[in-house]
Amino acid sequence: MSSLELVNIKKRYGDLDILKGIDISVEAGEFLVLVGPSGCGKSTLLNIIAGLDTATGGDVRIGGRSVRDDHPSERDIAMVFQSYALYPNMSVAQNISFGMEMRKVPKEERNLAIQEVAKLLQIQHLLARRPGQLSGGQRQRVAMGRALVRKPKIFLFDEPLSNLDAQLRLDMRTEIKKLHQRLAATIVYVTHDQIEAMTLATRIAVMRYGELQQLGTPAEVYSEPANLFVAGFMGSPRMNLVPGTLVQTGGGLTLEIQASDKPKLAIALPPQPPAVQAYAGRDIVAGLRAESISHGSGSQSGQRRTVTGTVEVTEPTGADTLAVLMLGGHEMTARLQPDFPLRAGQQGEFDIDLAKLVFFDPQSERRIL
Amino acid sequence: MAEATWETPKMARGRGNRWSRVVIYGLLAFFALVYLLPLVVMLLTSLKPLPEIYAGNMIALPQEWTIEPWRKAWEEVCVGLACHGIKGYFWNSIKMAFFGVTISTAVGALNGYVLTKWRFRGDSLLFGLILFGCFIPFQIVLIPMATILGKLGLASSTTGLVLVHVTYGIAFTTLFFRNYYAVFPDELVKAAMMDGARFWAIFFRILLPSSGPIIAVSMIWQFTNIWNDFLFGASFSTGESAPMTVALNNVVNTSTAEREYNVHMAAAIIAALPTLMVYVFGGRYFVRGLMAGSVKG
Repeated sequence: MSSLELVNIKKRYGDLDILKGIDISVEAGEFLVLVGPSGCGKSTLLNIIAGLDTATGGDVRIGGRSVRDDHPSERDIAMVFQSYALYPNMSVAQNISFGMEMRKVPKEERNLAIQEVAKLLQIQHLLARRPGQLSGGQRQRVAMGRALVRKPKIFLFDEPLSNLDAQLRLDMRTEIKKLHQRLAATIVYVTHDQIEAMTLATRIAVMRYGELQQLGTPAEVYSEPANLFVAGFMGSPRMNLVPGTLVQTGGGLTLEIQASDKPKLAIALPPQPPAVQAYAGRDIVAGLRAESISHGSGSQSGQRRTVTGTVEVTEPTGADTLAVLMLGGHEMTARLQPDFPLRAGQQGEFDIDLAKLVFFDPQSERRIL
Repeated sequence: MAEATWETPKMARGRGNRWSRVVIYGLLAFFALVYLLPLVVMLLTSLKPLPEIYAGNMIALPQEWTIEPWRKAWEEVCVGLACHGIKGYFWNSIKMAFFGVTISTAVGALNGYVLTKWRFRGDSLLFGLILFGCFIPFQIVLIPMATILGKLGLASSTTGLVLVHVTYGIAFTTLFFRNYYAVFPDELVKAAMMDGARFWAIFFRILLPSSGPIIAVSMIWQFTNIWNDFLFGASFSTGESAPMTVALNNVVNTSTAEREYNVHMAAAIIAALPTLMVYVFGGRYFVRGLMAGSVKG
């Protein structure tokens, strides 16, 4: 296991900046997830780490040593590909041991390693088969086996679950997490699925347009998004983002939310940090997670405010019910109890938990801190 | 799967169906017969003694069956002035086809591999230029080719003919392999690279073992072209070094007292046999290989 440092990684294709200087430092044993929409450069970054693509600028260091000029095979990295990339002409056992064979590991040693990995992944009974005879989940296991068997310094996963059906994806997600806990391996994992990112990562790097938007633990990225993009991208349902105005009133700041012709919604805020107070009298974007809105209990306390809103749609998911509410002329999603009694079109009272309320600057789109 | 797709829908089966089938199969059988007739006549003629042939009745079965014309064609018939039969020329053709097919297929596979998996600046242009080779008419290159073969000291040799056929074949084999490898997943190559395989290991261990269908296409295509070639054979070889096609022509044109049609027919069948075999046994691989790229994509 090794640490990984990405220092100011840049990539240009002609006039196109794919990566605009990425700095990430990964501790040994960390599970870093690169997440972002298609075309954000996350796969390019992974390929640069692997050595399958060359950076226009910057440096990749593994265990403190620069590997920028090393061939992929000399970096001691294993990669699991989106399509699994199993060699169709070889049996599962040959697939797993091909890397060792190329490194001239003696046959007895290879066979031992195959057995060990096959046992770990429970694919012993598949060793003689060809990839074409395997199901998607089995192929996924073999692809992981091929990576594991080499005991590399770093594992790279390139959207490994995106070709599996929903149920299998959940199972494999859990398995990957278990595997990480057991092996304490350093992993860099690329996905566009923010739920995968949340569940697997010890740290998440959110990317867009070749720039790092935020690097932090899942909890940080979720609760304290660095900007509007991260707030809108991470979490399902996405964070409610509502334009409003901060108004200085007697006791402190009040958040006013208003859509053109609808009645104004005013929420008195608890004491705010100085950075937020500086925005008094200015437009901001307020961000509130769905679980911070609950069905009204009628009790106003330090961090809770009760507002009145109309239910637009309810979406029961079983564990809870997502309701799209009309509050101050804006749609907001609330995560409510499954026995939530109101139906579409009905009006009700809702509690807003202000402890998790965040503000963004509408121009810079950054969170106000 | 193909059968299921093309099965006649039940709705279309009308009352007149049976009769239309009779007509269709009747016509098909008739045309099959028309196409088969020359071969049948050749075969029958080659199995008859000469007097029977001169008596007429081309289509009649031999009254006296004999394989003597075949033996004579193989061992004794005169090709020009030399009367050793066609066997030497047959082996010339076998040698020429074997090396021509193997080398051009190998080079084509390598070209296709480099042009798709080791892309470089100008690779598309280079491929375009190679492709151009498919359209060069044979006649245009005869004289320059003769000059080059002369300078290389390969004039009138089987080696020279192999060189000519390889040069011409590379354009086609490159096209075949490039298109086949273009749809071969890049991730496999990347995975092999991560596994520590380099240029040749990736080619021999990953790509080539998956290239069965296109190798079949390339080999069948090249074999038929090289075996059937007459122009290059007639232009760049003389006497003993001539390939089968040229020898056959010389057999038929060598005028002795009487024309031994039965021997000529036997020689012609021997000359045609290898390509016939290739189509009978390799035909389906040919179609399958040509389809492989398009369906996978």
